[in-house]
Amino acid sequence: MLQDYLFPETISEAVSFLKSNEGQARIIAGGTDLLLDIPEGKIKTSCLVDITRIPELSKITLEDGVISIGAAVTHNQAANSELIQEKAAALAQAASCVGSYQIRNSATVIGNVCNAQPAADTAVALVALGAVAEIANPGGTEYVPVEKMYAGVGKSTIDSASQLVTRVSFPAAQKKQGTAFVRLHQRKALALPMLNVAAMVALEGGKFLWARIAMAPVGPGPVRALSAEEILKGAEVTPEVIEKAAQSALEQANPRSSALRGSKEYRTSVLPVLVRRALEQAVANAGSSCK
Amino acid sequence: MSSKILKFTLNGEPVEIAVSPEDMLVDVLRDKLELTGTKKGCGKGECGACTIIMDGEAVNSCLVPAMKAMSASVETIEGIGGPGKFHPVQETFMDLGAIQCGFCTPGMIMSSKALLDKTTSPTSQEIKKALAGNICRCTGYVKIEEAVMAAAEKMREKQ
Repeated sequence: MLQDYLFPETISEAVSFLKSNEGQARIIAGGTDLLLDIPEGKIKTSCLVDITRIPELSKITLEDGVISIGAAVTHNQAANSELIQEKAAALAQAASCVGSYQIRNSATVIGNVCNAQPAADTAVALVALGAVAEIANPGGTEYVPVEKMYAGVGKSTIDSASQLVTRVSFPAAQKKQGTAFVRLHQRKALALPMLNVAAMVALEGGKFLWARIAMAPVGPGPVRALSAEEILKGAEVTPEVIEKAAQSALEQANPRSSALRGSKEYRTSVLPVLVRRALEQAVANAGSSCK
Repeated sequence: MSSKILKFTLNGEPVEIAVSPEDMLVDVLRDKLELTGTKKGCGKGECGACTIIMDGEAVNSCLVPAMKAMSASVETIEGIGGPGKFHPVQETFMDLGAIQCGFCTPGMIMSSKALLDKTTSPTSQEIKKALAGNICRCTGYVKIEEAVMAAAEKMREKQ
């Protein structure tokens, strides 16, 4: 039973509210997932600590080539940010796919990550971008790659009853770097992805310097297509190389059958197509094209 | 259960009301403030019938804790116009028959108004994106989109 609803003004106040409630209080940002889980009894809490009015958490910043997104930044704010569109297109695209327009006005990017659904769109994009989360603990600050924030299906390593993710940071795409996000879904809104893939590439002299590819739902959280990344490293930017990398993505993928969102067989057949498209679009976003 | 005093601006007027930390904004609007124009459909953010505008943005009031309205400015269907002085988008929904049973209409109109507050020259794509979270189970969406386009034109003429 909810007894209290608090608005801390600073990060340290938020953490101390959690601490003084000894596990009975919980962070709320947009609340669009949490407020479904509480009535269903999936989450028990007696106090919500609303972090959306902590001024520094509402910011999207670029400092020394690093973009940071605060914990109160909504999907629409991220999707509509010119900085994100220009320097982290994959994240802008992913954020614009979640839920509906109304949901995106409330739901936060970091909330999407902390809710830890296997194919959380913005988490997939953030893994491809190499994002790291800043976490405020009672004992101090900790940094964890978004890739390491999944403890299992629907389970985050973040304990929202004692800690708070304050922001996620990742390097802005530089010259000859590009990012992209592709998603397969049954409807254009209010539909969870059947599959989603994000990619970031760095090119030089017609070759891939490196690539980072994240795909879902093919594991408990976004999964890196490490074989594909290895194939691309140092290889020519050609349709053949991209196709070979796309096929190899299956080596790390273990999709499950979903009655609503595609069988294992279907997802296995389609995944390489999405990886190929993500790579082609990331190459195009880097200002290049496949010869 | 501990109650809290919620202060906010509702349709331009200051409101002060006791709420529980558990209350959702849609229930406070409908049951405590008796503004039943805002509909409660799914209660899970899937249908959009409960759409209101909070600080300029369309949100699902069934997923907004009432406490989140603290110090905010909230607009509901009752506040944007009514008999005698309808909002252009209310007029065009009626004129163009973008209504059948009417249950989704307040939510559709609030999502449309939030869009038209930002631009009076929306593209068809922008209208679809703004309304994708509002489900209508009777008329289909063609007339609704036409009504939003027509309202935008009316608003441009007035400018």
